[in-house]
Amino acid sequence: MGLETILHRELQIINLGLEGFAESLREKGAAVTHVRWQPPARGDENLLSLLDKLK
Amino acid sequence: MMSKIDQANQEAVQRMMQSRPVLVDIGRAKDVIPGMKENLFLHAGPPITWERMSGPLKGAIIGGLIYERMAKNAGEAEAAAAAGRVEFAPCHHYNAVGPMAGVITPSQAVFMIEDKQWGGFTYSNMNEGYGKVLRYGAYDDEVLRRLRWLDEVYAPVVKEALLLSGGIDIKTIIAQALHMGDDGHNRNRATTSLFIRAIASAIVETEYGKKRVYDTPRPDLTNICPFFKETRPAAAAEVLAFMHGNDLTALNAIMASCKSMALAAHGIEHSTLVTTMARNGTDFGIRVSSTGEKWFTAPANVPDGLYFSGFKSSDANRDIGDSVITETVGIGGFAMAAAPAIVSFIGGKPAAAFEATQEMYEITVAENTNFNIPALDFRGTPTGIDVRKVVEKGILPRINTGIAHREPGIGQVGAGIVLPPMECFIEALKELAR
Repeated sequence: MGLETILHRELQIINLGLEGFAESLREKGAAVTHVRWQPPARGDENLLSLLDKLK
Repeated sequence: MMSKIDQANQEAVQRMMQSRPVLVDIGRAKDVIPGMKENLFLHAGPPITWERMSGPLKGAIIGGLIYERMAKNAGEAEAAAAAGRVEFAPCHHYNAVGPMAGVITPSQAVFMIEDKQWGGFTYSNMNEGYGKVLRYGAYDDEVLRRLRWLDEVYAPVVKEALLLSGGIDIKTIIAQALHMGDDGHNRNRATTSLFIRAIASAIVETEYGKKRVYDTPRPDLTNICPFFKETRPAAAAEVLAFMHGNDLTALNAIMASCKSMALAAHGIEHSTLVTTMARNGTDFGIRVSSTGEKWFTAPANVPDGLYFSGFKSSDANRDIGDSVITETVGIGGFAMAAAPAIVSFIGGKPAAAFEATQEMYEITVAENTNFNIPALDFRGTPTGIDVRKVVEKGILPRINTGIAHREPGIGQVGAGIVLPPMECFIEALKELAR
């Protein structure tokens, strides 16, 4: 499907992570499904290694 | 194949859900709680010294010392506490729980909950109602008079009724109440109604309940029953009126029942399940199934909520109370979707109540086999908090709570939602990984 076609269809948007992006799109009138997500253990390497030990 | 940790967590959560707490009796704390003694005051949350106690906990200790006739006034009580004339210990160390300040003094009456599945007893005191009450740190004459009446009239009547009726199955009451709009923590209108239904006929049949004349000063109940102005009511009528006037009548028995469930899940080798969450108004503490009696603590947060007329957020004390034992076993904030009306009391919109429950499935290991939510197609409530999931996902348990004034002697100023500090779970994770 070409870019022209995509841009002229109603967009189905899923936003992952930072909710600010979803809010900006909603303000423009777009329908957005927001998925709350953050990196495991907030990206802390020490905690990730502890979690690995406890599998 | 499940790892040994996952297997241990399943064993722990199954034991939690199989626990069958029944309210069987009432006794004086020093007579029925093993290890309780004349100079020991129990309090909510993890261990704390007098010097580090928050205003509402100090207020409740002051009130307790006056109530026990160990001090004549607040000044004497503070001096006695500072001089170490009374020992302090967490309710949890004695298989007890207390809402807010959670102060249980030696001569107070306590509910006795027996776990009919796993054996053993858990305990909590009588609920005093809303507003200016000891558990929120108030201790004036009205507060102490009400406490005296609860111990000397209310408790003996309810005790006699429990023995007549053979006890009350609290787990069934919680399950039914989640179908009637309660969360079992901050909204207890349905649990209390069901509690009264279960015990009313026995209360009327008690010998003590028939008394119209007794020595203990009576509380003013004419705002609940205006006809009391023209008549000298029987003690049974007063007890039922008091229960009717306090939507939290069932809360303390529910908390002790939740303690029974949490206790059943404690001590399972390799398990990473949280079996205690509690706050003393200064610190938030958790304990974990496989790490024994060790507390993992961090400074408690201040709740976010709605305030009674005349109070504001700067009046609020840090999070306080053992009532978060409800969330520990899958009700309270975890069952918010069952209680959308609660938002009128704690703030927010009904959709937030659904979101709260949905999010808690992310950090728990089971869907409750006893407690379910009609609006979620009778899905079991999220149950059994896994320390690993909390840290990995960065999602903290949602807690519904009352808000105490930060100064002693004032009382409740609102209700809201609060999160525990993540540090407790990180410290627990470090210990588990050792």
